Parts: sequence; C-alpha cells; structure tokens
Amino acid sequence: MSDLQNLYQQIILDHSKARHGAAPQPLGSIDDIPIPNGTHLGQSHQVNTTCGDDVTLRVVVKVDPPTPEQLAISNSLPFEISGDDPRLPKLIAYVDQVQWSGDGCSISMASASVLHDLLTKLPVEDALELLGTFREVLRSRGKIEPDEEVLGDAAAFGGVSRYPARVKCAMLPWVAFEAALNEAERS
Amino acid sequence: MSPFPAPTSPPTRSALALTDVEVERIRNDFPVLAQRVNGHPLTYLDSGATSQNPISVMEAEQEYYEQRNAAVHRGAHTLAVIATESFELAREKVAAFVGALTDEIVWTSNATEAINLIAYSFSNASLWLGGPAARRFRLGAGDEIVVTEGEHHANLIPWQQLALRTGATLRFIPILDDGSLDLAAASVIVNAKTRVLAFTHASNVTGVINPVEEIVALAKAVGALTVLDACQTVPHLPVNVTALGVDFAVFSGHKMLGPTGVGALFGRAELLAAMPPFLTGGSMITTVSMEAAEFLAPPQRFEAGTQRISQAIALAAAVDYLTETGMGRIAAWEAELGQRLVAGLAEIPGVRLLGPGAGVERLGLAAVDVAGVHAHDVGQYLDDAGIAVRVGHHCAQPLHKRLGVTASTRASAYLYTTTDEVDLFLATLAEVRPFFGVSELSVGGK
Repeated sequence: MSDLQNLYQQIILDHSKARHGAAPQPLGSIDDIPIPNGTHLGQSHQVNTTCGDDVTLRVVVKVDPPTPEQLAISNSLPFEISGDDPRLPKLIAYVDQVQWSGDGCSISMASASVLHDLLTKLPVEDALELLGTFREVLRSRGKIEPDEEVLGDAAAFGGVSRYPARVKCAMLPWVAFEAALNEAERS
Repeated sequence: MSPFPAPTSPPTRSALALTDVEVERIRNDFPVLAQRVNGHPLTYLDSGATSQNPISVMEAEQEYYEQRNAAVHRGAHTLAVIATESFELAREKVAAFVGALTDEIVWTSNATEAINLIAYSFSNASLWLGGPAARRFRLGAGDEIVVTEGEHHANLIPWQQLALRTGATLRFIPILDDGSLDLAAASVIVNAKTRVLAFTHASNVTGVINPVEEIVALAKAVGALTVLDACQTVPHLPVNVTALGVDFAVFSGHKMLGPTGVGALFGRAELLAAMPPFLTGGSMITTVSMEAAEFLAPPQRFEAGTQRISQAIALAAAVDYLTETGMGRIAAWEAELGQRLVAGLAEIPGVRLLGPGAGVERLGLAAVDVAGVHAHDVGQYLDDAGIAVRVGHHCAQPLHKRLGVTASTRASAYLYTTTDEVDLFLATLAEVRPFFGVSELSVGGK
C-alpha cells in the first residue's frame, strides 16, 4: 500500500461519502429546542482555520431513570448523605444521539461519520476514553498502531497521524464532540 | 533571393518571454528547487504564497551580518555609517523598481503591516492627531471606505476595523462571475462620500488583473484616496506606481524573491508628509520632552524602532535579480504559463477554473474547484507527487463565497517555473477524481 493509499484507506473514502449521522440541513441553534427531563443537549461549531473546514456537532446525552432496585437502595440510605456518596447507586449517562453538519475534506467528513457510528449509545465515560485513545493515536506521528478491536473503523485514521497537517482534519469532529459534551453536561 | 518573403509560422510564443533554456539556468540559482519531496523532484507551484530565494539574496543577507552589521541612523562609527548607507541604498533600489521617489518608500514588516499603517494613521488623524495638515485623512460618520469583493483579507479587515473605529461605512465593489470587477456598479458605489478606495492590482485567487487606471479615475473624480494592494503584481509584472496614479501601494518582500519580514509602503510624498505616525518610539523623532515629541519627515516618521536592515538589503538584492532578468520578460513568461494552465485545465473533466477563461489576460496562476473532491484532498494527492500547491480559501473567504466555493486549489508560477512543471501538475490533477472514486455523474454537484 502506498503512503497515499494508507492515508486514504477505503474505509475513509466510503465514510466520507456515506456521512453517517449527517443532518439533512446545516444544524441551527439549539437554544429553542425543548429538553425533556433526564436529557442533556450540547452543540459545538469548530473551524479548521488552515482550510476553513467546519463541523457543527450536536450531542444528546441521556440518563435513564433509576430502576426499582436502585430506587430501593437510595431510599434505604440516610437522607443527609451527599450527592457523591459512593453508596448511592450510579446512574449512567450515555450518548443517546450524535448529529452533525459540515463542509470539509474527506478526512474530516469521514471522521465525523465514524465518530457517529462509534460513540452513539456509548456511556459518556467510555466515549471520552475512546476519544482519548483516538487523540493519542492521531498525535503519535505514526508511532502508535491503532487497535482495531478498540477503535473499530476509527483505526483507519492511523495513517493520518503521519501527516501532521491533516491531524487537525481528523480531530475536528472529535473536538466538536468534546465541546458539545461539555455543554450538555452543563445544561 | 526569392522575391517572396519566407513563410513564417504564426508565433506561438512571445519573443519577449524567457526561454526554456534561460529558465533552466535561472533554476540553478535557487537551491531549494533541486530537492526531492516524497520521492519526487519538487514541483514548487506556490509562489503566489511565498517565492523562493536565489543564492544572491541569501548571500546579501549573510554578507551584511558578516561585514556591516550595525544600527542604522544612529551612532557615528564607521560600521554604523556603512550599514546606514546600505540600508538607504536598498530603499533607493526598491523605490526605483516600482517607479517611486526614494523617500516615498516606507519599510514595513510585510504588506499587511503597510495597509495597517495607512489605516491607523487615518485613524489617528480622525482623533485630530497630525494637526490641520492631517485633516484630509479624518474619517467619521457619513464617510465611506470602498474595497472590492475580491480582496485578500489583508486589504479588507484593516478597513473594516478603521470603519468600526471611526464610524465610517465600509462598502464594496462586487465581483462578476468571471472574477472581474463590476465596473458599472463601481461607478455608482464610488460617490461623493467615498474617502478611501482600496483595491487589489491583481487577484491572488482568480489571477484577474484589475484596470487600475479606470478605478483610479473613479476615485479621483470624487477626491477619494486610492490604496493599491500590489502584492501579486510587483513580483510578476513591470509596475510603476507613479504612472498608475495611485496614492498608496503596498507589496511584500517574500513574494518577490526576497526574505520574509520585510515589505514596503509607497505613499505619494505630499501625503506621507501630512500623515500622523502609526507606530511611535525611537528613530522617528526630532526633539522629545516629557510631554511631547516632534516627528521626523517621512519615511523615518513611519519607521519606529530598529529596522529590518538585513531584510531590506536582501530585498534590494532580489530587486537586482529581477531587474537583471527583466520584468517584461518574466511577465511574458508567466503569462504563457498562465494560459498553458488554463488550456490544460479545460481538458480535465470535473475541474472548474475560477476566474477568466482562455485568452483573457491573467497572472501565471490558476485556482480550481475539483468536483466531488475537497481542495485539501486535492492538495494531498499532488503533494504525494512532490507538487506544492496552495489549498484553502487563500485568505479570500468573501471571494470564494462569491464564486460559490469554500475552498480551492491554486497553482502559481514564477520565473523559475518550467512548462514541464505545469504539464506535470495538469497530468497529476487529472488523476485526482479517479483516485477518490468520484464518478462523472457528480460533475457540477457536491
């Protein structure tokens, strides 16, 4: 495989055309979207200043209501305990939906598509861990061989890490995801 | 002897232009061009962004540091005198190169700083600095600054900011589909309220060369000051700022075989003499008290602090190189390369040229949109073949928006660019859409 084929792996070219999770229209503001209980909404617009590529990524984070067992446990605990008491049953926040819109090169568009497939329905903690792993691979200048078991289709971006000028392209949607998640957690 | 003149084939090349043999010889003066990139000989087609340096320019800078380095315009020791003479001789050469008087050239860090110098000087005048002489530069509510839709951000944002600071209104002359200025609209937009008209001599994206005389005539008819962004023309065409009749012009050293860190502002002598300074401090004053200062005459008034001495001297060496080669011959060569690009691009399916088509005068550059493939990916494919082009919006987002694209791929030539390089670029560009698996069906679509 030539360097160029290693950079533009078929998975990347396919995702750049399929654009999973891409909204039919450019995403607008989220200010007027009603947010149901247990749901958090965040959105981020990121621009690659080198080329003007942009991605707007919206994330819906959900926390399912406690199960009857969890309710029973928390009802059995003394009323005065603090919210982060380890005895309290932990409610899992997860990435319920990812939607994005944008305009950019095949690397950034494919990366957004892969992100959508990979992170949707993952617990937030796992999604962030995956983001960290992806970032580490991308910043490794080709030194870290991506684990396909962990990163799935995102492993195809391993070749991008040898092109420092293109790392930003691949990271663009992931940076948007991170910022959108931050906003969702605050909402 | 035959009574009939010998049949001559129509000239396919301008007799004026550099020849292939000369270009090959020129290339020997540019060491950077001899290298291999990604396993291929470097094909450098990004001179519109920055040009390469001939050995003589690099030697001039090194020779200065080895033999003559001293602070200029201060100190009476021998080295200081020699450094000052070299520095001022550089100004003389650069001024002569663009048809200006020596004291009409102010050194700046680059063209962007030169435009900011004008804008901030006007801004200061608008705060009543510079006294009655500077009254003509004052701007306020009701005044209009006019630019064009085809500007590099460097000739747009300083004027946006000046309008914000002074309350003046910023207007623009629109661009037509072929990248040329809408002169009919210009004659309406430039009106009695227009105080400043800033426009580019030639577009760094479309390669269009604007009709400077016509635009200057519009400005003169209403008493507006003209500012010419000559970054893309001073390196590539014979330019005489005095003959063009503009009030100000700016250009950059690194685009004309010179080093980075030096550019120049041309301003008509009587205007510079009336303008308040932008940057202030040492080297630009006559007498200073704790309360006030008096300023030197131009150009020193606009050159506060230690100057870019070695860069100015190296830029003068670049001007020598260009003059010896002949600006007319360089321009004719690049015009041929520009037409060769345009003709070749027309043969590639799914490639749209931004700007004027075949036969229309343009710089030796071409920016294209490749249907279905983002500019960044196009650039990556070319880079893999050792071909350096510019991708993105080339600091002209409004122009790209006007032409219906967010980014483009630009190949730009210079005096050291060969026809073989242009042909290699064209052949490699033709491989891009097949590589990315973009079908013919998507031509014209996203």
